[in-house]
Amino acid sequence: MSLAGHYSYWVTIFLMVAGLYIVIARGNLVKKLIGLGIFQTSVYLLYIAPGKLIGGTAPILAASFSTYSNPLPHVLILTAIVVGVATLALGLAIVVRIREAYDSIEEDEILDMDSVGEEGG
Amino acid sequence: MIGGHLPALQVVVPLLAAPLMLLVRRGIFAWLLAVAVSWTALAIALALAFTVRESGPISYAIGNWPPPWGIEYRVDALNSFVLVLVSLVAAIVAPYARASVAAELPRDQHYLFFTMYSLCLAGLLGITITGDAFNLFVFLEISSLSTYVLIALGRNRRALLAAYQYLVLGTIGATFYIIGVGLLYLMTGTLNLADLAQRLREVHEIRPVLAALAFITAGVGLKLALFPLHFWLPNAYTYAPSAITAFLAASATKVSVYVLLRFYFLVFGVPLVFGRLAMAEVLIALSVIAVVSASLVAVFQRDLKRMFAYSSVAQIGYVTLGMGLANQAGLTGAVVHLFNHGLTKGAIFLLLGGVALRVGATGLQRVAGLGRTMPLTSFGIVLGGMSLIGIPGTAGFISKWHLVLGAIEHGYWSLVALIVASSLIALAYVWRFVETAYFRVPESSAATRNEAPASMLIPAWIMVGGCVYFGIDTGYVLDGARHAVEFLLGGVR
Repeated sequence: MSLAGHYSYWVTIFLMVAGLYIVIARGNLVKKLIGLGIFQTSVYLLYIAPGKLIGGTAPILAASFSTYSNPLPHVLILTAIVVGVATLALGLAIVVRIREAYDSIEEDEILDMDSVGEEGG
Repeated sequence: MIGGHLPALQVVVPLLAAPLMLLVRRGIFAWLLAVAVSWTALAIALALAFTVRESGPISYAIGNWPPPWGIEYRVDALNSFVLVLVSLVAAIVAPYARASVAAELPRDQHYLFFTMYSLCLAGLLGITITGDAFNLFVFLEISSLSTYVLIALGRNRRALLAAYQYLVLGTIGATFYIIGVGLLYLMTGTLNLADLAQRLREVHEIRPVLAALAFITAGVGLKLALFPLHFWLPNAYTYAPSAITAFLAASATKVSVYVLLRFYFLVFGVPLVFGRLAMAEVLIALSVIAVVSASLVAVFQRDLKRMFAYSSVAQIGYVTLGMGLANQAGLTGAVVHLFNHGLTKGAIFLLLGGVALRVGATGLQRVAGLGRTMPLTSFGIVLGGMSLIGIPGTAGFISKWHLVLGAIEHGYWSLVALIVASSLIALAYVWRFVETAYFRVPESSAATRNEAPASMLIPAWIMVGGCVYFGIDTGYVLDGARHAVEFLLGGVR
């Protein structure tokens, strides 16, 4: 197969690496969560793209169709999307609480504030 | 009639209890329900374990869709053992939680705490019981999301950052896992773990399978705090509410270890993981670094919770070490250590919850003279510490003994020396507690006896008793572990 034939995989890998890079490289807690979202999205693509056959239809037995796309990845990813949304919502909720407690959402500033009194209660 | 549905009830009972608690919005009701649910879960887990012992693995088709098409719940010698561990810990922590939560959380959050506790329990039991790779991911996220919330409930504002960091790393771990499963699905077209194992034998294009193995190892490794991936653990354990630290330390990482065991031995198979790849060497090397470095770091901690959190990283190292040895003795050591370390760490963190309640903190200099003010608590921590070191007569000794046997079988004498040496480091950090608690004078002159309430002491001491009991009468646990290991090694050729 040519490079172009693996087109969907290239997009997937790009999104995956880009998302992970944002999580690691950014100090802003909200931006980190956006990176995490992109990283998770790449997995949706990893599952769904191979399930589609060009010219394939939904797997309903009928005389006029012979090629079917795989519907299972869609169902799986529907679940994964729900999980992703829940994670993002919880993550943002925690960031809101962090901002209330520290008045900042920059990781380095928060760590600086915490390193003052080392011993926690 | 209902007996046939026990595998589903194992997960459904705590899962249904959670929304009920949320709707009723009463702390006391939620607590009672949490106790009832965790005891029911324990009863179901024991019943399942006995059935498996009598008549072999149980297969349960959810919604009557036959596997491999539908989701299969599968109970066998290995996961029935883990189910008992998780539900046992939950059943002990739940009664304890009331006094501890009342002291550490505002009143209006109590019912939310127990809601999350039930969800977390449902997730952990689900991960263990399911025979479907994607279903496992869903339960992994159910338990993880509720864990993040529970950690964020900690009193100190640092708990929020700890929860956030765990959320980011945990999500990366779960996503890595799901990438690995996706690759396996692309290669085989199935998600049922037993079916996967069968079909993987017929896959000739091995590279995606190796990539899947790498992704799953890294993903689950993050969850179980395998050495270089452990950074989330100390903060999460230190700042979480006391009951949750005990619950997580005793169950969550253990379940992740189980997942890795299952994938290595029953899905990918020994020839691929340990023959074709050098996973044995990698695991042993990482485990040794974990055991030595985390123990050393623990020695220099100034907070008891953090000290024992680092000790957890080290103790998980022993488990993965046994996994890397991959022989009968080593694996038995690993599986027994899952149970023994669960009990030991659970006991220690439960007792530290009492310390947090009475002293107000778990900093090392704050507990000076604890042997006088809280004699039962201090003595319990010392016994737990002895089990961590692996002194004969405690549970920790049994697992280390088998690990040493496993290492000798391979002829790894330097490894034997390292296991013994690392026990000495454990002695060093446990001694720091002993010295402060027994040989220092209490900070305030008014050192009156101020023991933790009985509702906290009794559950904690049941666990301490377990550490000692299972160190002397090794029958049940060792038997269960042996069956599990035979099952593991006989799984896939």
